[in-house]
Amino acid sequence: MKFIKFTKKGIYCIPGKFYLDPWLPVDHAIISHGHADHSRSGNKHYFCHDDSKAILKHRLGADISIESMGYNQTRIINNVSVSFYPAGHVIGSVQIRLEYKGEVVVFTGDYKTQPDFITDPFESVKCHTFITESTFGLPIYNWKTELQLQEQLQNWVLQNQANNKTSVFLGYSLGKSQRIMSLIDGIDKVYVHTAINNLNNAISSSGIALPETTLLKQDFDKKDIQNKIIIMPPGLLGSRLLKRVPNAAVAICSGWMQIRGNRRWKAVDAGFAVSDHADWNGLLSAVKASEAEKVYVTHGSQATFSKYLNEIGIAAEELITDYGDEQLASEEKKDNSTANV
Amino acid sequence: MKNFSELISAIEITNKTNAKIDALVNYFKVAPEKDKLWLISIFTGKRPPRPVKSNLMKQWAFEITKLPEWLFLESYSTVGDLGETIALILPDPTHKIDKPLHVWMRELIALKPKSEEEKKEYVLNAWAGLEMQERLIFNKLIGGSFRIGVSKKTLVNALSKLSGIDANQLMHSIIGNWDINKISFEDLINGSHINYDNSKPYPFFLAYALEKELPELGQPEEWQVEYKWDGIRGQIVKRNNEIYIWSRGEELVTEQFPEIVENISKLENDFVIDGEILALKDSAVLLFNDLQKRLNRKNITKKMLEEIPVGFYVYDLLEWNGEDYREKPLEERRRTLEQLLAKPFVSEQLKLSEVIQFKKWESLIDLRENARSINSEGLMLKQKKSGYHVGRKKGDWWKWKVDPLTIDAVMIYAQKGSGRRSSKYTDYTFAVKKGDGLVTVAKAYSGLTDVEITEISRWVNKNAIEKFGPVRTVKAELVFEIAFEGIAYSKRHKSGVALRFPRIKRWRKDKPVSEIDTIESVTALIEAQ
Repeated sequence: MKFIKFTKKGIYCIPGKFYLDPWLPVDHAIISHGHADHSRSGNKHYFCHDDSKAILKHRLGADISIESMGYNQTRIINNVSVSFYPAGHVIGSVQIRLEYKGEVVVFTGDYKTQPDFITDPFESVKCHTFITESTFGLPIYNWKTELQLQEQLQNWVLQNQANNKTSVFLGYSLGKSQRIMSLIDGIDKVYVHTAINNLNNAISSSGIALPETTLLKQDFDKKDIQNKIIIMPPGLLGSRLLKRVPNAAVAICSGWMQIRGNRRWKAVDAGFAVSDHADWNGLLSAVKASEAEKVYVTHGSQATFSKYLNEIGIAAEELITDYGDEQLASEEKKDNSTANV
Repeated sequence: MKNFSELISAIEITNKTNAKIDALVNYFKVAPEKDKLWLISIFTGKRPPRPVKSNLMKQWAFEITKLPEWLFLESYSTVGDLGETIALILPDPTHKIDKPLHVWMRELIALKPKSEEEKKEYVLNAWAGLEMQERLIFNKLIGGSFRIGVSKKTLVNALSKLSGIDANQLMHSIIGNWDINKISFEDLINGSHINYDNSKPYPFFLAYALEKELPELGQPEEWQVEYKWDGIRGQIVKRNNEIYIWSRGEELVTEQFPEIVENISKLENDFVIDGEILALKDSAVLLFNDLQKRLNRKNITKKMLEEIPVGFYVYDLLEWNGEDYREKPLEERRRTLEQLLAKPFVSEQLKLSEVIQFKKWESLIDLRENARSINSEGLMLKQKKSGYHVGRKKGDWWKWKVDPLTIDAVMIYAQKGSGRRSSKYTDYTFAVKKGDGLVTVAKAYSGLTDVEITEISRWVNKNAIEKFGPVRTVKAELVFEIAFEGIAYSKRHKSGVALRFPRIKRWRKDKPVSEIDTIESVTALIEAQ
């Protein structure tokens, strides 16, 4: 791979003169998706998928310089052709394909190979160089199917209702919240926290249909929400807002919940292994399907996953990036402070 | 096994004891008779011997998954539990097995004498027929602790809530001798196999920390002062030639301390006494760390009994030949105790807690300061006219503990915890300066909040020097104040010193590594004692 360089600011395309998901401010940034660790503020110019445009503007400011395009399009930037393929991670998330003089590089950003009810499903792209994430790069992470998860979550809500409890799901505003909405759609009224509601509005403005939800007002009437469903960001665990929810049963939805110690650590009422990332077999199948000659492994279990790939005959190297650090943590904290009224 | 699996899920997710108790009560309401008995058996440590070695299970899991051993170990160090790691890495089930708990237990007992081949066939078939959570439970039924925070006390509290029977009586019932094949659940909890009148304990009286100046307590001669010992508070009940030892947590621990039972059996009369279970050797009190080695063991070896003999210091008398003595004044209870423990029965392993003679309050100050030199943790002040009250009550009894010693040290290794803490780095090793380098002085794991542990774990992930294995060497950067109860020279430790009961007092975010203690300043604490 001659035309990509790993720099202090991020992954740089030498002939194209742009960066992919840079973590320090640059002139030209191509963005895989709207999570805070992949789309940081301060870049002079942003380029992303059409479905991410409104999300980025919502998160980074309406005045940012931003352009976008859809899936089956190609943009030539300084002789490098850039195209987007669905990553199945969150709404608007893409893998970025770069081609220069016949050499193809694919940067996955974050991705999930299993289809769900709300994001465009992951598509494999053949390439010479594959830059993959590895958040859940250990064989202990194997997800249930979307239908199994749907049954699990819905049963939990119904059981809570039978016990006169209000179901509260904790999930990040972008991605997990919409995924939870799609999984529990149709069983009862769903209230969402302001931060999620704002994001939903941004997503809907791009013409994407979302399940119906109601804004959870700061001064909600306890009678209205008793036995209903609420979704709020994880930062609100322990907040006054959550404490005011009558007879709350609280569930965390995250891939980390696959492990008992993690479920128990948070001391909530339920933990569901609902992840926006590929599981072990998902990562392996994506790497194999890419048929890449060289694989670079970013954030997560990069040391383990790249060592394993080398053992099974796929040349791999770990790559230290600044992604994956408790994504959106700072954003969710901000949501939290405004919510503590 | 669906009921049992749901019970385990409900218990493991919560850290609220009441929620655990409710889940147990719900289980007892619906579970089959034999399953209920097995549940009690499993959670009181009455388990059949392990039928399959864990190493074999690990080998079979490699064979099925075709994963390299290093990757399995890497997974294991993330999960922190072998049975769970195996349950997680196995492929999805191919069929469905649904058997009640007692059938599984019966089969596992029958499996023990079988050949390795037969065992393998049985285990692999079970793995392929169970969902993840059930597989984990199956692995735990073979052997290993459930680690879900259900103590015997939690269990009896649930049974008590279910049946209305007194929790301590239930404790005696489930600890007592019963055969799972010969008793019904009703008979077990009603205690048809025991005589509770012989074991019934009294609630403990607990002291508050001293919160006033000594002269405010009144005249010195109104007070009985003793050393405060750091063992396990215990109550010994001897009635009708039966002997029971209750711990402060209201668990029956009789079988753990055979030498105490033997000494008590030499005494005449019926009585209930309060005191401290201590590791005692050559007339001296050993450290709590030593006593700890004797706790919760299935078998106590002869070597253990010789290396760490356990004795009992008697504090108080609650019942004397059937008469409740708790309302009599302390001085009178003490006089009767002195009769009970007069020669020839008194020994170094069973004796009265010594009363400290003093005329002026000031003379206690030095005694408390020096308590550490005899492994005592301070003084107890008891009003001579006081009765033996129930629970924690202010005024009549005070504990006056020595202040802990502290040093500032830097974290150099981090390791993941177990159980609820298995996902976070909770066990740290600390070092102080020695010349230009560092030397390890302590390992500690308690004293931080969940929020701090999460923050440190994230830091460890970013700053670890190794990438594989359970222990992470980290950059020497985070400084902590370490508190401990005592310090002594030690040849076994590289630093030359051993700290007693080290724990994290606080995270010194304000202190740079350049300002931590040196081995010289740490050693000086020994000289100062």
